Amino acid sequence: MKVAVAFACGVLFAVGLGLSGMLQPAKVLGFLDFFGAWDPTLLFVMCGAIPVYLLAWAARRGRPTVWGSPVPARSNHVLDARLFAGASLFGVGWAFAGVCPGPAVTNLAAPSAFTLSVLASILAGVALSSLVRPRAR
Amino acid sequence: MGAALFGGALIGLAAAGLLVLTGKTAGVSGIVDGVLRGERGEWGWKAAFLLGLVSGGLLLAWRDPTALASAAPRTWPWVIAGGLLVGFGARLGGGCTSGHGVCGVGRGSLRGIVGTTLFIASGALTVLVLRRLA
Repeated sequence: MKVAVAFACGVLFAVGLGLSGMLQPAKVLGFLDFFGAWDPTLLFVMCGAIPVYLLAWAARRGRPTVWGSPVPARSNHVLDARLFAGASLFGVGWAFAGVCPGPAVTNLAAPSAFTLSVLASILAGVALSSLVRPRAR
Repeated sequence: MGAALFGGALIGLAAAGLLVLTGKTAGVSGIVDGVLRGERGEWGWKAAFLLGLVSGGLLLAWRDPTALASAAPRTWPWVIAGGLLVGFGARLGGGCTSGHGVCGVGRGSLRGIVGTTLFIASGALTVLVLRRLA
């Protein structure tokens, strides 16, 4: 059942990405163009997504779930060098390709030389990251 | 703007559904990592979530193919280098746009808020520099 829930959530997530325009690299690059022709679309997407998630978490934090582990009661406040280095590199790559992991996987539904090569390079980057990460988490 | 808010709400609903029904975080880079590593005990739901993303993409391709990406925004070296940095950076920093940006910020996580601020800032700076170079 957990697998079915995850599948359904994945479908809904992808539809949300598509309707909001976030599968288009041009939209992402427009949002990052703060000092040029700024496109605020991604800001509205976050304004739509975060309150919904926040309400759900606030209502259920620490509570058991029907099909898995309890909802985490605490959130992660750890700031370390990995976060600073990783998020900075992520931002640079995001501005190069205009794609982040969710849209990269979703765009597999419309295979093109671009969507396939960006997904393949993201997968390679994820695999390479295991070289600089501790094994167990 | 309305479409972006509505689409965003669906993204939030999907991530919230996964959280309250299974206790899991909808962070796509972490999910991709778990599937690639064949993570014991987590592989099934993670693979199902990714399959759901592609299926949702197929729904979009059927109803509104313009929603999906087609052309590359930059030349190939940028696209490949960008993908590598996105994958590597997301795992090094422990999250991407979904894990830090939606779930982390949505849980009031300092790590998520700082990570999101940082990658938007470094992305904006990169776009600025690339435009100056062009």
